[in-house]
Amino acid sequence: MKLLRLAPENTKFPFMRFRRVSYPFSAVLSIVSVLLFLFVGMNFGIDFSGGTLLEVQAKSGKADLSYIRDLSEHLNLGDLEVQGFGTPADASIRFGMQPGGDAAQQVAVEKVRKALGDAYEFRRVETVGPRVSGELVQQGTLGVVISIFAVLAYLWFRFEWQFAIGAIIATMHDLLLTVGFFSITQLEFNTTSIAAILTIVGYSLNETVVVLDRIREMMRKYKRMPTDQLIDMSVNAVLPRTLMTATTVFLALLSLVVFGGNVIRSFSLAMMWGIFVATYSSIFICSPTLIYLGLRNERSARDETTAGAKPLSSGKL
Amino acid sequence: MLRFPLWKTILTLAATLIAIAICVPSMIGPENRAKLAAVLPSWLQPQSIVLGLDLQGGAHLLYEVDRADVVKTMTQNLRDDLRRLLREEKVGVSGGVGVTARGVQVRLADPKDFARIQTKLSQLVPLAANAPGSGLDVSNDDGLVRLTITDAAIDNKVKRAVEQTIEVLNRRVNGLGTTEPNIQRQGADRVLVEVPGLQDTNRLKEIVGTTAKLEFRLVGEPGAPPGDVEQLDQTDQPGKLPVEKQVMVEGEDLTDAQPGFDSRTNEPVVNFRFNIRGGQKFGQVTSANVGRPFAIVLDNKVISAPRILGPITGGSGQISGRFTVEQANNLSILLRAGALPAKLTIVEERTVGPGLGQDSIDAGKRAAYWAAGLVVTYMLITYGTFGVFANLALLIHISMIFAMLVLLRATLTLPGIAGIVLTIGMAVDSNVLIYERIREESHAGRSIISALDAGFNRAFATIVDSNVTMFVVAAILYFLGSGPVRGFAVSLALGILTTIVTAVTMTRMMIALWYKYRRPTKLPI
Repeated sequence: MKLLRLAPENTKFPFMRFRRVSYPFSAVLSIVSVLLFLFVGMNFGIDFSGGTLLEVQAKSGKADLSYIRDLSEHLNLGDLEVQGFGTPADASIRFGMQPGGDAAQQVAVEKVRKALGDAYEFRRVETVGPRVSGELVQQGTLGVVISIFAVLAYLWFRFEWQFAIGAIIATMHDLLLTVGFFSITQLEFNTTSIAAILTIVGYSLNETVVVLDRIREMMRKYKRMPTDQLIDMSVNAVLPRTLMTATTVFLALLSLVVFGGNVIRSFSLAMMWGIFVATYSSIFICSPTLIYLGLRNERSARDETTAGAKPLSSGKL
Repeated sequence: MLRFPLWKTILTLAATLIAIAICVPSMIGPENRAKLAAVLPSWLQPQSIVLGLDLQGGAHLLYEVDRADVVKTMTQNLRDDLRRLLREEKVGVSGGVGVTARGVQVRLADPKDFARIQTKLSQLVPLAANAPGSGLDVSNDDGLVRLTITDAAIDNKVKRAVEQTIEVLNRRVNGLGTTEPNIQRQGADRVLVEVPGLQDTNRLKEIVGTTAKLEFRLVGEPGAPPGDVEQLDQTDQPGKLPVEKQVMVEGEDLTDAQPGFDSRTNEPVVNFRFNIRGGQKFGQVTSANVGRPFAIVLDNKVISAPRILGPITGGSGQISGRFTVEQANNLSILLRAGALPAKLTIVEERTVGPGLGQDSIDAGKRAAYWAAGLVVTYMLITYGTFGVFANLALLIHISMIFAMLVLLRATLTLPGIAGIVLTIGMAVDSNVLIYERIREESHAGRSIISALDAGFNRAFATIVDSNVTMFVVAAILYFLGSGPVRGFAVSLALGILTTIVTAVTMTRMMIALWYKYRRPTKLPI
């Protein structure tokens, strides 16, 4: 049986030569992402903006979106967003915090319930008050920051400092581009999106670690090889695995996007984008950083003094 | 590579079988589960996976104890206590006792009196129950005495209010007859109420959110001093009713309340029974006020004000108020459970109907089957025989995650299912790392056995490194996330732990056995 190969055997792509393109390219994309975030902004869900989300289903026939939309004027709920999704019978209604605090919010939900009457089933009712949403924002930010530092600490402990710096630059890059992705697609950003972002951070580091591990191994094996050549060789060696894993994860995420339902779609789409970016950055961003940070200079300097007697790092667990 | 000890093989197989056995009860549906439970001994009862509220449907309500309400009650009590103290100590004041934002103030007629009552003043609000120390800041500005309640005293009171609220809510929600409600403290001033599988969340919200402070007060007569009477709303008719401020009997003296029907009008009513103290008071008041309307006040609204026809000394009575059957039911639950110590506000609500929950389960299952199908096929066409090993390891991996979720009584949420699906894609990464390494070593000219050995050994460090980073992320998500996101973190973390066992140990075992019996001359990848 002929087995499928995604990557041709023994590739020798000069990945590092692309660094003069990939670096500026990614820098521009990162800046664009930040600008998009600042000037367009993300579509924050009620987890972070506060407010109410209702999912209703018409008990018979289709959901009458324009009728539901008209409620806005009758009930004076301020910004009211009505969308159809899933089946034609389904509709979601979203409105912001009502003046008068948490109690007023409950009154508003009650008004909508009464207005829609018995024709609709309330399948989901979510209300997040201003204090809780503030706390969720705090927790989310804290989670992202802590996980980056925690993983960095681990990398610092396991690898040389250049590797850790390379990994964090790649991770920040992935993070920014994911934020840009949320801004440009206007996918709802909620607590599951934070989970997506953290998982992307994890995946990105996972990818980076696999490449770095190989670079470290090659460094021990070929002490005199120029760094860019050495990194090229390492990246080519792990390329089949990188593509293979990216594909399996992609297939799993594709199933989630298509079949997993509405609630986790934004999570799955963000993750898909995330593995794409993470795969790219582990090859084109993290590894070239090692060259810029002068891994070679330090290497040759050390080689001269120790004459290659000691391995650069233990690499054992 | 070839030396895979027998005990290790047995242990691995045993772990696999146990994992699969643990998964079975969750797969076979409730009826078969009940049959299974009847057959198995008591120490081996089948456990099913715990589904999160987003999957089985239910209400997640986060309430906050209204701190301002607590402070208000404290200052009111302080005002009453101060008045009593001044009366008992015969201290003259000019003007009355005034209420400030966080306490009370009073101007003493004779500033010298302050020294005499200073200690007693500071004892008016204890810092905490049964603890020494004052919860009051007392200041004296030449006879103008200000009593301010300290933050510590308020914090303590809020803490006690939360504890009492939890007790009361437990009684109330159990009164609704729901299964396995979860009521617990969250942070300093919040109470989480989770009730699975509920159809009507409105009723739950009514039952939980009502303070249910019941008072029996006389209706004010024409000509009563206006300071003693207040105008209260009525629940059964529009307009206000003048009611005396003095509370005759309170709800806390009730020992029981049951819904029933009035024997004459057949209207739904609530029958109640007082404790001895309440019964005596109720008897005295009704004896002394025959012919006057007696207002039954719930949370400052008059339910009804029936005329006292004669002394009621039996210690029991009846509340009527044009109730529906459900209202009478609710009221009796509330009265049995007692009043809340302070007002509660909903700060977060997440309610999922049972229909949507089932839809989510179906969607999650479908996504999982497709993901597994796609990944398994893909591994098969990429790695052939070795792909079969990886796929077996993958299936065991999924049953192990599931088994651990069951054993840990962890909750499976929709993001949790997403976590498992994601792990399906990621779990094979370890296999891929190993296989690609084996290929590489084989291309570099090693013999089959030495390529296999090198592949496993060299890939192992990378597998550990990459999984540790993912595990760190999952752990942080677990500690910072809430609800469904936590479910995702648990699935992810368990997936990482089991992948090391399945991808490394099991694949190794399978390849060792395969090599032993096949004696291949060529690697199939």
